[in-house]
Amino acid sequence: MNPYNLSAADLDALREFGNIGAGHAATAFSTLLGGVVRMSVTDARLCRFAEVVDVVGGSDTLVVAVYIRIEGEIAGNMFVVLSTDSAERLVDELIPGREHGDPYGEMEYSALGEIGNILSGAYVAAISDLCGFRMAQSIPAVAIDMASALLDIGLMYGSGEDNQVLLISTRLTHGGREIQAYFFLLPDFQSASKLFDTLRGKMPSG
Amino acid sequence: MGIAEGAVMCGPGRLVTTGLGSCVGVVIYDAEGHVAGLAHVMLPESPSPDTKAPHKYADTAIDWLIREIVRAGGSPLRLRAKYAGGAQMFQGVKMETLRIGERNAEAVQKQLADRGIPVAGRDVGGHQGRTLWFEMPSCILTVRTARGDIRVL
Repeated sequence: MNPYNLSAADLDALREFGNIGAGHAATAFSTLLGGVVRMSVTDARLCRFAEVVDVVGGSDTLVVAVYIRIEGEIAGNMFVVLSTDSAERLVDELIPGREHGDPYGEMEYSALGEIGNILSGAYVAAISDLCGFRMAQSIPAVAIDMASALLDIGLMYGSGEDNQVLLISTRLTHGGREIQAYFFLLPDFQSASKLFDTLRGKMPSG
Repeated sequence: MGIAEGAVMCGPGRLVTTGLGSCVGVVIYDAEGHVAGLAHVMLPESPSPDTKAPHKYADTAIDWLIREIVRAGGSPLRLRAKYAGGAQMFQGVKMETLRIGERNAEAVQKQLADRGIPVAGRDVGGHQGRTLWFEMPSCILTVRTARGDIRVL
């Protein structure tokens, strides 16, 4: 039996965890972008790593991915994935005077890295709040390419054949623009059961 | 074909794998016998020789390919190889894991050399993802990047 088969109550609780993270992120984004930023969790669940690629649009779909490594009481790989359209809207907002459609330079990559950093930081904080684990994040690495080419690095640490991934999809609204962002946490093999069991145990309705 | 999978084909046709990043797509073929196999290799070395996922590791994937090709009627003496992939997708971060692509490509090269299989073409390294397809009977391996560049091996 799959130890991570979740009940309906567990899934609700996982969504609640997503909401806590999104709350942290919305606050940080409001400061960064100015004005009101609303974030809603559109999906929160555990899935197989293979499904992740489908969630973001298929294996050879061009996407923007930010990779962040976490170490500490929980170790793992995190990705924030944006569609190229969402990424374009974000960099247009973040970089004043930028012409829509300009090729990405250092500024754009750095802005996208910061977005990834904020979003993953918000979820790391949510995990810390709920479970009390201490973790440190690496600096973000940004790349734009085919989805599965970017995400395959996530499998390198966790050698389990059926790796479980925590997936949180969020929608961010700011000044009438909508941005869809996906957050994935793939804990290392040794950290997976520790994290998922603790999360389930801590979940208010689980 | 997805990550860490493998397939063997007899006769005319096409083997395809999309979105290779640090992974390496390895094709071994017998042009005369019209047998070819493709494996999507993810890691340089298997933790144990009797792994349940032989396609995943450079060492076991190549043994698996040779075995299946010979079983399908290929001659071990006529085998050739072509491979592509092993990119470093994320730059600017000094983390050993992010160099896994380079290690995968080195492992494939070594495993093929150890088994005496000549390499007829390869396209490895760089910082871009690759989609590739191998066609029979032409035995041509075509590599396409996300930006649409095409290389024919």
